[in-house]
Amino acid sequence: MLDTLMLSRIQFATNVSFHILFPTITIALSWFLYFFKLRFDQTGHPIWMRAYRFWVKIFALTFAIGVVSGITMSFQFGTNWPMFMETVGNIAGPLLGYEVLTAFFLEAGFLGIMLFGMHRVSPKIHTLSTLIVAVGTTISAFWILSLNSWMQTPQGHEIRDGVAYAVDWFEIIFNPSFPYRLSHMLLASGLTASFFIAGISAYRLLKGDDKQAPKLTLKIALTVAAILTPLQVFVGDLHGLNTLKHQPQKIAAMEGVWETEKSAPLLLFAVPDEEAKTNHFEIAIPGMASFILTHDFNGEIKGFNEFEGKTPPMAPVFYSFRVMVGIGMLMLLIAWVARIQLARRESLPNWMLKALVAMSFSGWVATLAGWYVTEIGRQPWLVTGVLSVKDAATDIDPTNVGLSLSAYLLLYAVLLVAYLHTLFTMAGRAVEIEEITEQEKAQQAKSTLALNS
Amino acid sequence: MFEANTLAVIFIALMGLAVLMYAVLDGYDLGVGILLPLEQQEDSDTMIASIGPFWDANETWLVLAVGLLLIAFPAAHSLVFKELYLPTAVLLISLILRGVAFDFRAKAVFSHKATWNKVFKVGSLLAALSQGYMLGMYVMGFQSTAAAYGFSLLSAFGVAAAYSYIGACWLVMKTEGELQQQAVNWAKKSGWVCFIGVVAVSIVNPAINPSVFAKWFTWPNMLLIAPLPVICFTLFVISDRLLKQLPLPGDKKCWLPFVNAVAIFILCFFGLALSFFPYIVPDQLTIWESAAAPESLSFILWGAILVVPVIISYTVYSYRVFWGKVRELSYY
Ligand code: HDD
Ligand code: HEM
Ligand code: HEM
Repeated sequence: MLDTLMLSRIQFATNVSFHILFPTITIALSWFLYFFKLRFDQTGHPIWMRAYRFWVKIFALTFAIGVVSGITMSFQFGTNWPMFMETVGNIAGPLLGYEVLTAFFLEAGFLGIMLFGMHRVSPKIHTLSTLIVAVGTTISAFWILSLNSWMQTPQGHEIRDGVAYAVDWFEIIFNPSFPYRLSHMLLASGLTASFFIAGISAYRLLKGDDKQAPKLTLKIALTVAAILTPLQVFVGDLHGLNTLKHQPQKIAAMEGVWETEKSAPLLLFAVPDEEAKTNHFEIAIPGMASFILTHDFNGEIKGFNEFEGKTPPMAPVFYSFRVMVGIGMLMLLIAWVARIQLARRESLPNWMLKALVAMSFSGWVATLAGWYVTEIGRQPWLVTGVLSVKDAATDIDPTNVGLSLSAYLLLYAVLLVAYLHTLFTMAGRAVEIEEITEQEKAQQAKSTLALNS
Repeated sequence: MFEANTLAVIFIALMGLAVLMYAVLDGYDLGVGILLPLEQQEDSDTMIASIGPFWDANETWLVLAVGLLLIAFPAAHSLVFKELYLPTAVLLISLILRGVAFDFRAKAVFSHKATWNKVFKVGSLLAALSQGYMLGMYVMGFQSTAAAYGFSLLSAFGVAAAYSYIGACWLVMKTEGELQQQAVNWAKKSGWVCFIGVVAVSIVNPAINPSVFAKWFTWPNMLLIAPLPVICFTLFVISDRLLKQLPLPGDKKCWLPFVNAVAIFILCFFGLALSFFPYIVPDQLTIWESAAAPESLSFILWGAILVVPVIISYTVYSYRVFWGKVRELSYY
């Protein structure tokens, strides 16, 4: 059962899932850092510097894992999907190339100055380096999402002898699903980072750190989250409409529609049955799916029956979609309740702090779920209508792929544990360090008092 | 704008530049990792501090090199990485290990720091060995013969020694006091191991590759290739004599061994490149047979012409910011 194709798919999904965890944090966290640094330059208030110093360490760690897991990604195309590059390399190659040239070097070149150069360059240059790193991460998202969107909704190319050739680069880069995917992903990153910052700041407060810095970062993160969540729901809806236009079979899988129907219900929960081609245990709001997608309660939604077997497996797409949207709604609720509480009483009750700690990594779960919807929903295609997944696979020995896959799985498990462990030790240690200096100050004050009297 | 054949040559030159930059830049920082003395925490800290601001940018040259192979010669890319599947996986895993160890060691609770130092050292060594092994397999045209495996092992150790050598020279330039003295010793020793490696590869390569032999020992190629080993040898001797005198008062010439090592890397690179040009996969695939479509290559070429000078200038800027001897590395 586990042939080279299947193993390669699992390996690719494992690697890219691991990789994306770190960019989703760093893309937006770099902008937060720029903001902290900018505020420090403007006000000179040490609290901004304290916030910057704490978060820049977490950024450095996250970024490092992002970089090294990304290097693995760039080799993957050749090692496991040789036909991918041979078929669409003329398109994918330059897009990846521009990512390296305009984004990776920029990030890496100024990261050193950002992390270690504060005392070697002027404050202006240092703040500028922080900004450049942030811009670099965002440009990187631009190119890779352009490529991924082109794989979903290809245009601007022609096929000669089974190989894709570029005709119009503008059409390729700005393909139909790209604007939606880019904004949805950047917002996802913003949300992931804000809940991450809010969660860890809440953890520090719970640990008894009553310094001002975690309170400040908590407030900023919640403000950002409260603004971005409704935006994300809105953009997500537009994204869905765009998908309905270009990849209706994916929408059918997301909404659990087997047979084309009018006035399709919104399924809050169901268990899709691939064999019987029907759902069990439906909990539904009548007509709602039609309304959301066509803005008409009687609108028609195409079902799996229309696509002649070229459909993705329904269950994983269906469940992943509900996980993503569910977390989106939960984020909306929590961000607003917490932000309003904060505005009213200047501090949060303990239960809310605990809820925020629990939500620290909710962005990860939603982001992965979203990518699973997108990527599994594209099956059986790798590049819609151009190349199917099974035609792209390598023909190397499955044992080799099995070996490399096991090594990656083991490595990632260890790294994930080490990462989380280090994060929370750092959050705990920040409390201790500041407490010690505070104690020392108190002692100093006492001794000067004693001297004076 | 350019015709297909010219584009292929331009892109192989660009790729060569990326590979060479990678070998020199990541070479010294992998070398520093290989040399890490596990018993002396403080020296380890200083050594890692000396590469801290640079390693990420250095590794990006690898991404560019692989990217260019992918962009410009997709057929060669899939052939090479299919043949080198497992060594590639080893390389990637070691790069991951050392990259994360770099950051974890600075943040972990103190008791774990020694473990992360070990991971950093082992990761660096494995990365160098696997690169050398891949180079060896590549030179041997991916044959699965005993000779090919033997040669690849030789090449693995050669590359590890070369990286240690350039890493030690980097430390001679960037450190002071006892550590610098230690680095001078490392440079002397690894310099000779590296020298033996270069000689061995230069003899074995033409001896088992008839087409390389034909190229090296015919007119007028000989005229072009013969000076390379001679200059290389001279440089090794100069470097060794210089290292015997270092450190000089006022730390004069502390940068010279590093420059020397870079020159040796460049010469060796040209030696290899000339042996195989115009093949991208030795004896199997030329650059012209595997090049991507001209419209794609021109599209990326214009970007490269604009961006590569900018990249080089901010790289130089970053080296100037961190010029001079290393001090304690602190995140601010
Ligand atoms: C939406 C964002 C996003 C997505 C979908 C991906 N990446 Fe990524 N990647 C980044 C955003 C990013 C980043 C923010 O730019 C990173 C993370 C940390 C870093 O240094 O840059 C990065 C790092 C990174 C690096 C190392 C760069 C360096 O040396 O500095 C490589 C080679 C890749 N990625 C390649 C890929 C490939 C081949 C992907 C898909 C199959 C991919 N990434 C998905
Ligand atoms: C970063 C977030 C991403 C995640 C979490 C992700 C996840 C996945 C998953 C789970 C699959 C397997 C689908 C299946 O086999 O049923 C897949 C397939 C694939 N994706 Fe993505 N993907 C991401 C981004 C990208 C990007 C940016 C690209 C390309 C530019 C890409 C290219 C591919 C390719 C080539 C496959 C084919 C392998 C396959 O179908 O198994 N992915 N991805
Ligand atoms: C609550 C409302 C949301 C809606 C209606 C929504 C809608 C969608 C849709 C329709 C897709 C699939 C598009 C396609 O492949 O064609 C998608 C993908 C995705 N979603 Fe969401 N989403 C929502 C919330 C979120 C949240 C809260 C996050 C993360 C924090 C998130 C992250 C993602 C990601 C990373 C993808 C894959 C990349 C992409 O295709 O843009 N989404 N979303």
